Amino acid sequence: MSENVIEARGLLKTYGEARAVDAIDLDIRRGEIFGLLGPNGAGKTTTILMMLGLTETSGGSVSVLGFDPVRQPLQVKRRVGYLPDAVGFYDHMTARENLIYTARLLDIPRRESNGRIMQALKSVALDDVADKRVATFSRGMRQRLGIAEIVMKKAEIAILDEPTSGLDPHATFELLEMIRGLKKAGVAVLLSSHLLDRVQSVCDRVALFNKGKIALMGTVVELANQVLGAGHPLLVEASGIDVAAALRGIEGVQQVLPAGEGAWRVVADRDVRAVVARNVVTAGGSLSRLSDLQPSLEEVYTHYFEGERHAA
Amino acid sequence: MQREGSPFTGIGPVFMKELSDHLTSIRMMVLTLFVIVFGAFPVASSLQTLRTVVSADAYLYLRIFTIEPQQVPISFISALNFIIPLMAIGLGFDSVNSEFNRRTLSRVLSQPIYRDALLLGKFLGGLMTLAVGLLALWLIVFGAGLLLLGIPPRGVEVARAFGFLVVAVFYGGVWLAIAMLFSVVFRSTATSALCALGLWLFFFILWPMIANALVLGFAPAEITSIDQYVGIQELAIALQRLSPGTLFSEALLGLLNPETRTLGFMLPTQMRGAIPNAPLPLDQSLLLIWPQVTGLIAGMIVVFSAAYVVFQREEVRA
Ligand SMILES: Nc1ncnc2c1ncn2[C@@H]1O[C@H](COP(=O)(O)OP(=O)(O)OP(=O)(O)O)[C@@H](O)[C@H]1O
Ligand SMILES: [Mg+2]
Repeated sequence: MSENVIEARGLLKTYGEARAVDAIDLDIRRGEIFGLLGPNGAGKTTTILMMLGLTETSGGSVSVLGFDPVRQPLQVKRRVGYLPDAVGFYDHMTARENLIYTARLLDIPRRESNGRIMQALKSVALDDVADKRVATFSRGMRQRLGIAEIVMKKAEIAILDEPTSGLDPHATFELLEMIRGLKKAGVAVLLSSHLLDRVQSVCDRVALFNKGKIALMGTVVELANQVLGAGHPLLVEASGIDVAAALRGIEGVQQVLPAGEGAWRVVADRDVRAVVARNVVTAGGSLSRLSDLQPSLEEVYTHYFEGERHAA
Repeated sequence: MQREGSPFTGIGPVFMKELSDHLTSIRMMVLTLFVIVFGAFPVASSLQTLRTVVSADAYLYLRIFTIEPQQVPISFISALNFIIPLMAIGLGFDSVNSEFNRRTLSRVLSQPIYRDALLLGKFLGGLMTLAVGLLALWLIVFGAGLLLLGIPPRGVEVARAFGFLVVAVFYGGVWLAIAMLFSVVFRSTATSALCALGLWLFFFILWPMIANALVLGFAPAEITSIDQYVGIQELAIALQRLSPGTLFSEALLGLLNPETRTLGFMLPTQMRGAIPNAPLPLDQSLLLIWPQVTGLIAGMIVVFSAAYVVFQREEVRA
């Protein structure tokens, strides 16, 4: 079942002459994690704000869970959780009090809200600081409190704008675990980010934004095939012989590029690992590493924008 | 474009939060201190003066508010005229832009609430805080009167003094709306406070002078007829009434000085037939001040609507 929870058609946002979001089509399916990627100013935040009805659209249509965010914003906002870029809480209030305020705004019955808030705080490991003032919280804790708000809300869709920006690697890892937790609970997650390798590890599908348009969309493997060309990239580390020559001689190898001291990056149109190993060893070299490279989003990204720059 | 759902969804929680934030804030304590310092002197000295006056005054309690004691040349209501705007500005100057700067605005607006509800909830929370503060002050004044004068107030006096309280809240509402308008227009809380205070000083210091200068400018070099004279006087009053403080003091004059028969300019001939110094009944006084009160309410609504329109167009992102 791949029912769409968000459907955008020809979604447009103009600021004067400039097109911040230029007629994009986008579908987010139920229960998937979808990543919006792109350089600064590509239009990711603007797209998100239009989906929430927080900024007016200049054209096109968007439907969130069957509701129109422009005409039915309350319906949309009741069902969608939003973690803004650099989220803020009321510093003079405790974590629990902040969530109580949100619960009141959501009109959650008082009997229910206490339990839901504690449960949500526990799910992001903030239950032991529930009664500390938010002023004392670190950036990572605030982000987690934002996730707790979405959990408490029992949102069907979570929209996270740059959720990992400004977090250290450990905090990032924890946050991504929580995002996976949301997905496990059946929540569709839409996130925007710059941290490509991190995004790659959680996203089912991604869309690459460029100047307000969606340049590429699909799974990471699909994008890699599209941008880097189909093939099996390998990393070979060997010594003792002219490794590059030995590799070039192999049938199916398209590209051999140096990738550091004694290392080569090989792209072939089929799986050539066995042949590579045999050739290197029989030629008298010593093979220290032979690994299948996952196509990386980072590569797709740089490659794509490099191509753009050349084209321009 | 038609939007669905009640525009009042979520007003209650915003109102309650604002109220409790205000009432527990240090800022509110400072403002209360201000009011007490500014209000206590006039009240204490008027009570002193009133105790020495032996003549039976039917409106003794109202005099506490209005007389200018010898020691301090300012009555309680003139002190309030000056101080209420300061309280209102203190409560409202950062109500929207601080949410923006703390980055809580987009998170709150992503909950099911319209922007108008947020703004109105904040406004009503501030207004309620003002009302609570003024009520406390009012009770203190009455309590002090009871203790020092030794006689209880009459029903009419309480009714008129209560009218004063209501008018004071509306007056505060005008300034609260002004402060909130600035808090929507300016992202910086300091700028917004500065502008609101600037406007406050403008109305209290500059405006009377400007109004006079304008009248002098319009007036012919030589006044040749009564009509001309009346016209000039009326222009002067109309200009003064553009300041909320003028409306407030005129309304209080009518309410707290029952002898007041007119609030505009009046020729001696028009007074013919009126019994001088006879107090008006309450309903007549209310009728008299009605234009001033509606003026204050209208001003409050207009400024609030302006704030709403600006807020509606604002981008929520940082
Ligand atoms: N209020 C505004 N007025 C004019 N232009 C704007 C306004 N807000 C955004 N823009 C423009 O819209 C474009 C898209 O901005 P947006 O914030 O959506 O980008 P983004 O992809 O979220 O970037 P980032 O990664 O920096 O967050 C930018 O070029 C920006 O300059
Ligand atoms: Mg952004």
